[in-house]
Amino acid sequence: MHLLPDLKKALPARASLAPTPEEAPEAMRTEALSAWFGPHQVLHEISLRFPARQVTALIGPSGCGKTTYIRCLNRMHEVVPSARVGGKVLLGGEDIYAPKVDPVLVRRRIGMVFQKPNPFPAMSIYGNVAAGLRLTGLAKGRSLDEIVERSLRQAALWDEVKDRLHQPGTDLSGGQQQRLCIARTLAVEPEVLLFDEPCSALDPVATEKIEQLLFELKKRYTIVIVTHNMQQAARVSDLTGFLLMGDLVEFGRTESLFTTPKDPRTEAYITGRFG
Amino acid sequence: MRRSTSRRDRGSDRPRRSRNPSDRLFRGATLGFALAILGLALLVAWQLFIHSKLSREQFGWSFLWTQTWDPVAGQFGALPFIYGTLVTSVLALVIAVPLGLGTALFLAELAPPRLSQWLAFMVELLAAIPSVIYGLVGIFIVVPWVRVHLEPALSGTLGFLPLFRGAPYGVGFLTAGLILAVMVVPFITSVSREVLLAVPRVQREAALALGATRWEMLRMAVLPYARSGIAGSILLALARALGETMAVTMVIGNKPQIAASLFEPGYTMPAVLANEFTEATDDLYLHALIEIGLVLFVVTVLINGIARLMLMRLAVPAGPVKR
Repeated sequence: MHLLPDLKKALPARASLAPTPEEAPEAMRTEALSAWFGPHQVLHEISLRFPARQVTALIGPSGCGKTTYIRCLNRMHEVVPSARVGGKVLLGGEDIYAPKVDPVLVRRRIGMVFQKPNPFPAMSIYGNVAAGLRLTGLAKGRSLDEIVERSLRQAALWDEVKDRLHQPGTDLSGGQQQRLCIARTLAVEPEVLLFDEPCSALDPVATEKIEQLLFELKKRYTIVIVTHNMQQAARVSDLTGFLLMGDLVEFGRTESLFTTPKDPRTEAYITGRFG
Repeated sequence: MRRSTSRRDRGSDRPRRSRNPSDRLFRGATLGFALAILGLALLVAWQLFIHSKLSREQFGWSFLWTQTWDPVAGQFGALPFIYGTLVTSVLALVIAVPLGLGTALFLAELAPPRLSQWLAFMVELLAAIPSVIYGLVGIFIVVPWVRVHLEPALSGTLGFLPLFRGAPYGVGFLTAGLILAVMVVPFITSVSREVLLAVPRVQREAALALGATRWEMLRMAVLPYARSGIAGSILLALARALGETMAVTMVIGNKPQIAASLFEPGYTMPAVLANEFTEATDDLYLHALIEIGLVLFVVTVLINGIARLMLMRLAVPAGPVKR
């Protein structure tokens, strides 16, 4: 994980310094990950590798399993009754589905932003950002105010809300609410950020702000984003995976997947022939 | 929540006034029924008001804080009954709120769905038992048990409080409060359970994704969201407890007095109405009883109204967060 800055120092002369996605060290990986709802299998043995400090996008038509897949990455899938998971998810080499692992601790390391902004309506803007830190054992000694400000700045929301931190979070616009939810997730300092169609409820202007934010966030975090918007995947991601009917059809660098797809189904999808 | 969707559905495509005569007849008839309900409630209030005239003119507002209730001397004050009603109802809530809320939390959050439905059904059946049956159980089982076991135990351990002093009669505020508590628990449990189940899944998941345990999720996301609905369920229970007549009449002892000890017998507004109506031979006595009825009517309607408003506010979610 700390390889990247060193690499930059070591090779100042090279122009395009960012390592290719394939070279970047791995942050997270799934091995033969399957998922079920009751008897219905919705994911078939998906193996993927998420490089550190890169944005990996997952695309596919509705019902292809991309949301289920991302929810397996922080053990949110099992929250739904009758849901089941098979296979492994390795975070820094450790399987988060190992029997002794507490899902609560996994979710603190792998943050998640949902489709629709879901701030807590009974809490202020400040309270929403501080919510995760007020959970047992996360206070960390540093003052709450500092962390709240830093998180809001990272989420590019600070300037818009700094004068009304104690108003309800639900007073904000939809896009601001979504950035508030991002700030809330950042406050607990996760290692990986999962975005489950974060812009599907937002207008184009708010969407652009979130996308810009992703560029900033990827300097510090490993990001996985699910989107049904192919242009968005092309704009924000370094790597893209295409899912269809619960199978991983193709995975590769975003430019190559969108310009020279290897699989005919990928080509059909990105050229708009179905989905 | 079911209520909110039905309201929304109704608003969007409500038919305009139709030219079809049978439609208009139907509309007129149902409107008439709806107005008749409202008219009945107003009529009740009006009747209570005019038939308490003598008492209102003679005692004025002091009726509410006079302690004497002496039909022979023609002296009437409602305070002992108001006191008895409040003490028994508050006692009932003190017992029923933790019990009912705990049950609702278990049913909505922890129990497996099938067990939850089955238990919720049983809890709602509790509300269907006629109150005279509760009264009978009270007289034959609860009163002796309270006299022999509960009251001596309470005065032995908590006797330093004036609440738990005096002779164990069995009948009194304490027993009435116990019986009322059992009677109102179903209201708190079933309404709170519905309210908890109506908290959107995205709210729960927001808390879980931050690394909240199940209990932390309840505290952070579920309970604040359900707050006003839960308060509404408690007020509904309170209104029910204030107006309960039969069961309380059978176990409270029917003695118009204000006593610090919960062991003492007392009297409530509904109980005095039920007991003394047939004996009220002169007009002033009758009017005084009806004025008690008026006080009870106003208090319960107010509390019910507030409860309904709180439950309605929950049905209209705050902000665009609801899925």
